[in-house]
Amino acid sequence: MPEYRWPEMSQRRVMGKRLSRLDGPIKASGRAKFSQDINRPGMLFGAVLASPYAHARVTSIDISAAEKTKGVTAVKVTSPAGTEIQWAGTEIAAVAAATEEIARDAVRKIKVDYEVLPHVVDESDIQKAGNRVKAAGEQVTGDPDQAFKDADVVSEGFYGCPVLTHCCQETHGQVIQWQGEKIEFWSTTQAVSDIGPDLARNLKIPAENIHVMQEHIGGAFGSKFASDRWGAEAAILSKSSGGKPVKLHLERNLEQMIAGNRPSAWMRAKLGAKKDGTLIAWQSQSWATGGVGGGGMPPIPYVYTNIPNRRLNHSAVSTNAGGARAWRAPNHPQASFLTASAMDDMAAKLQMDPIEFFSKNAGYSARPETYRRQLVKAAEMIEWKKRWHPRGEAGAGPLKRGLGVGFGTWGGAGHASQCRTVIHADGSVEVELGSQDLGTGTRTIISMVAAESLGLPIQAVKLNIGDNRYPRSGSSGGSTTVGGVSSSTRKSTLNALEKLFELVAPALGAPAGELEAVGGKIQVKGNPAKSLTWRAACQKLGGKTISEMGVNDPKLAPKEGLNMGGVGGVQIADVEVDVETGVVKLKKLVAVHDCGLIINPKTAESQVYGAIIMSICGALYEERILCGVTGRMLNADMEFYKLAGAGDIGEIVCHLEIDPENDKRGVVGLGEPPVVPTMGAIANAVANAIGVRVPTVPLTSDKVLAALEGRNA
Amino acid sequence: MQAFEYASPATLQEAIALLGPKWGEAAVLAGGTDLISLMKDYVDTPKRVVNIKGIKELGGISKAAAGLRIGALVTFDEMLASADLKLYPAILAAVRGVSSPQIRNMGTVGGDLCQRPRCWYFRGGFGLLARHEGKNLVEDGDNRYHAIFGDGPARFVSASSLGPPLIALGARITVAGPAGNRTVTAEKFFVSPKSDSDREIAIKPNEIVTEITVPAAGRNATYEVRQREALDWPLATASVALRMKGSSVASARIVLGHVAPTPWVAAAAEKFLAGKSLTQDVAEEAGKTAAADAKALSGNAYKVQLAKVAVKRALLAAAKA
Ligand SMILES: Cc1cc2nc3c(=O)[nH]c(=O)nc-3n(C[C@H](O)[C@H](O)[C@H](O)COP(=O)(O)OP(=O)(O)OC[C@H]3O[C@@H](n4cnc5c(N)ncnc54)[C@H](O)[C@@H]3O)c2cc1C
Repeated sequence: MPEYRWPEMSQRRVMGKRLSRLDGPIKASGRAKFSQDINRPGMLFGAVLASPYAHARVTSIDISAAEKTKGVTAVKVTSPAGTEIQWAGTEIAAVAAATEEIARDAVRKIKVDYEVLPHVVDESDIQKAGNRVKAAGEQVTGDPDQAFKDADVVSEGFYGCPVLTHCCQETHGQVIQWQGEKIEFWSTTQAVSDIGPDLARNLKIPAENIHVMQEHIGGAFGSKFASDRWGAEAAILSKSSGGKPVKLHLERNLEQMIAGNRPSAWMRAKLGAKKDGTLIAWQSQSWATGGVGGGGMPPIPYVYTNIPNRRLNHSAVSTNAGGARAWRAPNHPQASFLTASAMDDMAAKLQMDPIEFFSKNAGYSARPETYRRQLVKAAEMIEWKKRWHPRGEAGAGPLKRGLGVGFGTWGGAGHASQCRTVIHADGSVEVELGSQDLGTGTRTIISMVAAESLGLPIQAVKLNIGDNRYPRSGSSGGSTTVGGVSSSTRKSTLNALEKLFELVAPALGAPAGELEAVGGKIQVKGNPAKSLTWRAACQKLGGKTISEMGVNDPKLAPKEGLNMGGVGGVQIADVEVDVETGVVKLKKLVAVHDCGLIINPKTAESQVYGAIIMSICGALYEERILCGVTGRMLNADMEFYKLAGAGDIGEIVCHLEIDPENDKRGVVGLGEPPVVPTMGAIANAVANAIGVRVPTVPLTSDKVLAALEGRNA
Repeated sequence: MQAFEYASPATLQEAIALLGPKWGEAAVLAGGTDLISLMKDYVDTPKRVVNIKGIKELGGISKAAAGLRIGALVTFDEMLASADLKLYPAILAAVRGVSSPQIRNMGTVGGDLCQRPRCWYFRGGFGLLARHEGKNLVEDGDNRYHAIFGDGPARFVSASSLGPPLIALGARITVAGPAGNRTVTAEKFFVSPKSDSDREIAIKPNEIVTEITVPAAGRNATYEVRQREALDWPLATASVALRMKGSSVASARIVLGHVAPTPWVAAAAEKFLAGKSLTQDVAEEAGKTAAADAKALSGNAYKVQLAKVAVKRALLAAAKA
């Protein structure tokens, strides 16, 4: 068995290079095919009728006019009379028809009567949420009451972030064909290998009967693991329409309402510290909603977990709104924002430099050295010593600059993944995994790992992913993909190579163990004179092929050392606030993240940029707005659901800690960690700039002006 | 979107004949950046869509005796590229505020003036006045982007960013109908509807905006308070046009945008400025005067402050121009 190690940093030829992603050109030129681009012969179009009410009971439903519409092939009622609707946007019925226009017109002919019931859609004030509040029970550690008595300084505050939606550019849905026993499923999913079994359960058919295909996906962020109700609805529409394929993707408004969201998080906190800045007590009452099921429990105090005396109370609030789903580092951005804000307020009250304060208390975290090192590095990058000023001392004039710190942590060890490497006699190589590239560069890094192992140029490897007929590989969640697929690919390619070595050893007059694959050749280690070209070596296969598996098993991975989890990160934001208009501009943001072995610094940095941009939106612009009167989402569009544009992002500088020490840890996922610290960093920078805390994000003009005028709730 | 009949006439007369005497029967299609959204949301369900892009005489920017003539089909981008418009920074600032290349490529002057309000209750199907089961949705619901001025029942804000600078500059709008042409001042073009069946602009269903005439201008400027640089509606704007006498203001026009169901003329501030020289303090005082009769709703008090600042900054920008 070969030894499954990564090559030494200095020995790598492909890994570690700043290669552009392989699918860049076809995406930039519009040739990449997404689920929504799939068109099949005879394809029908699906459309959904959704409830306008946030809480109601369906009393009657009449589909006859829709059914009679020319071109309509099937109508399926999903919420029959008697169903209690718990959020606006709930699907009531779905239609399949020959054209999209007919389907949409037919949906409007369905007559539904509702008994409208009272709704709750706002949980920001827990006092008003009444019996919708479910307390998780108090958790006490140490002696918080005594600790607050012992504290020299006590700081209290209220902080919060509202519900966000995922805003996938490609809305949820699929093209699906259920013909006879078999289903062909052109999905948009982060779970190519797992979504088939999920749909199979919903339809009560064997999982083997479902063939999942997906070349590209337009965003998921945690919201596309399941096959969803609309997956089953579309499959049934297909079956009822004589097995014709049906295309059904959510329209933007439904995407924003029902395809998942990130829970809110609100907190009243009280912190106690000694004069020297040592935190000794934490008390918080927090609450959150993720829809009817309540949900969302941010892990607070975040990172500074071991503050010795703590009293925590958390409640879930049930609201009449679409259900939460995993959102890039579930619960962490909220917890980070709440904790970093409360701690920053304490630092201000202590009149202490926040870098010093966060560093001093880093002993309460799981990796004090990492955070201290990263705080120093980030401070250096933003010129903290030169530029930082105490809170509110930003000088005269309406434009105030400020700096603020945020921090985060994450796991990111590789998921279960299987890879098959096939070497053909003509020298071609195929690498196959039932994985998916969420736009993160997964294709690129798998190809790089394979090319590295086989001593071939990256173009020589044909990569096959995005089909559940390939060996099973885990879902892309929790930043587990890069660790999983790189490890299984490394093992599979090395296993295949070993077979090739055995085959050509006699011809090279050396034992298989003495051979290496470099520069498109198989040679005796260190001796290019005794070599065969890759092609010549493969010709020895005759009519055979080599086909070898490689498996990443998360239970065994820590021992093998190819991948690992557990990272920290620190970010510092530099903002400018116009105190006459309350408009905040992010000028610059520096990000320092530890990240194990980096296969491709360019795609890794892209992950950091993307994550930070996502959280800039959460810090400054975006929120789900529900109307208290109608219970509807008022900004279920990309107009008033505001995201940053290129001009709103400022300069992002990212520093990945690429060094031999970190490299030894193996590959660690990076998709989620950098999304975590940003909101806290920006909110703290704004407080530093204007001298007062704006308690809730997004930090929009109205809230900044209210904070400046002391009009806070 | 409801199915519709499509017509693409080559002359203005044909186009007018294709429009009906009732709102909702037919719709004029210019760049389509607003109309198509309205149709997709079933807020507008015309039976006939009349594309006016093929009518040559509605395009072009040219100089005329009465000032600069801007055809209704001139796009935002054409305005940005026009040397003649350089004398009207108040207009250009508003054009740049539509910060999406796609909309600037497609959107037209006529479409900007005639676009429908962006009130989320109106777009959600609750009508211009946003009444529902005896409730005023704007007052009882979320009104963070709504009006802080106006006495009528409407609470949406006029969406047009070109309205305020055109009023400040004394522009006139030419409208063609079955009975021929007529002109209205830009100020009279915008009205606050009294009922859901009224419109927010003073044209008839079978009239078409053909051109805008902007007289020669003195110092002028627009200041927009924007949350984002990305395409977004300004939170509040102010457009000003000044006639100077030496170093003091002989007369001023001050028009606020995105704060009322129409562009909002700040008459008291205009009067206050007459005869004054434009210092920082005077500009600030003018801003306060302009916002003095604002009436905030439950969630938009911040816009009163924004209106003041917009006026102050627009005046100071014009003074420097
Ligand atoms: C996210 C977003 C942000 C925006 N921000 C701004 C902003 O900040 N400021 C701003 O001003 N605009 C803004 N816009 C709106 C944009 O400027 C308008 O959509 C555009 O000006 C409309 O022009 P059009 O030619 O596409 O009009 P169309 O969509 O073709 O028509 C709009 C309406 O006007 C009618 N109409 C058009 N031309 C005529 C005519 N000649 N005579 C009579 N009726 C006519 C149509 O029947 C229709 O009702 C924004 C739009 C979006 C989507």
